[in-house]
Amino acid sequence: MFNLDLGVIVQSIPFLWQGMQLSLTLTFLAVCGGIFFGTILALMRLSGFLPLSLLSATYVNLIRSVPLILVIFWFFFLVPLAVGRPIGGFYSALIAFVLFEAAYYSEIIRAGIQSVAVGQVQAGRSTGLNYWQIQRYIVLPQAFRNMIPILVTQGIILFQDTSLVFVVSLRDFMTATSIIARTEGRLIEMYLFAALVYFVICYAGSLLVRRLEVRAA
Amino acid sequence: MNYNWDWSILFQEPYLGWLISGVQWTVAVALCAWVIAIVIGALVGVGRTVPNRAVRKLCAAYVELFRNIPLLVQMFVWYFVVPELMPEDVGRWMKRDMPNPEFVTAVVALGVYTASRVAEQVRAGIEAVPRGLSDAAKASGLSIAQTYRYVLLPISFGTIIPPLTSEFLTIFKNSSLALTIGLLELTAQSRQIAEYTFHGFEAFTAATVIYVAIALVATIGMHILERYTRIPGQLGSG
Repeated sequence: MFNLDLGVIVQSIPFLWQGMQLSLTLTFLAVCGGIFFGTILALMRLSGFLPLSLLSATYVNLIRSVPLILVIFWFFFLVPLAVGRPIGGFYSALIAFVLFEAAYYSEIIRAGIQSVAVGQVQAGRSTGLNYWQIQRYIVLPQAFRNMIPILVTQGIILFQDTSLVFVVSLRDFMTATSIIARTEGRLIEMYLFAALVYFVICYAGSLLVRRLEVRAA
Repeated sequence: MNYNWDWSILFQEPYLGWLISGVQWTVAVALCAWVIAIVIGALVGVGRTVPNRAVRKLCAAYVELFRNIPLLVQMFVWYFVVPELMPEDVGRWMKRDMPNPEFVTAVVALGVYTASRVAEQVRAGIEAVPRGLSDAAKASGLSIAQTYRYVLLPISFGTIIPPLTSEFLTIFKNSSLALTIGLLELTAQSRQIAEYTFHGFEAFTAATVIYVAIALVATIGMHILERYTRIPGQLGSG
């Protein structure tokens, strides 16, 4: 029962590393895209212009009430249909993650923007800056500074979420692990190894967040 | 983009039946897992605030362990690994005779995972109670159990409920991961309909609408609960 075969893990490391590279790439791009579109959604929500803020609120609440797996299925179905030809799983997954995470990031960024003191905006306006200059030079830099720990936390969650591309057989770390587990018949070793790897990375990330919080406080 | 619209397939058999059974599994998994999550989450959350250092460490370890491993991996570990690590008889029973193995595994995995998130909310709620109150309880001679029973828990309850609403919504969404171990819940059924009929648009729309409806009902339910548990005079009451 307990004769674990660690050799199978060592042998499959190059294959698993390829998967991990895909997981990390997907995480990085989705964090960048998510923060970019999340900022736009947050600015729309706070713009004070009703159609824009309503649109943003509807989008965010809609995305936040459906499971990520369903969103992934949606985009694997929609993207090739919209483009008119298959463009590969990676890009469909990337679009799904960016648009999904943007909704979550926008809520974080909205709270961050609201935490900037009103006097800052008033000071900017009285110095003669326009809306975009105030956002660009005064509000967003301060907001993002306050948000760094929570943005990193969301990044860790996103990294865990990338494992869900398993449902469309995209070869990330999780799918690679599962392929080895099945072909070699070593489910116990491979899934425990996957749990260990994810734990080490995410726990290290959460320690980083704790240090960032201390510095921010 | 040319696409053949046909919303009527959603109301044809067997597809309507698939959707209904999917909703039933989704709700069943989420509600059963929620019971586990609340019970373990409350215990672990309280455990993180007690004076005993060993208990605190143990409960912190629980939260870190389950929070830092993706739910998908946890699902697989419960489904494929745990039966092998059990004593032989138990393992054999889990693999051969346990009724509804996918359902039971999904409930346990989701419940134990969500418990770690509930525990964080419970801990935050208890820590938000001003220190003076537990000092006052100690000064008036209450034991630790009495302090929790009569002071800390009743006061923190009102602050714990609102964040739990979002956890309650999350558990319905996370129940979709049960499809990775073969449980045909709502998301899985909608994909199956998409594959059988080539009407992905209609099938995924149906699932999306149902999830949004579940979220609405759950939010309303939790708001009613919030109103009943609110302590007069505290922030947000009115």
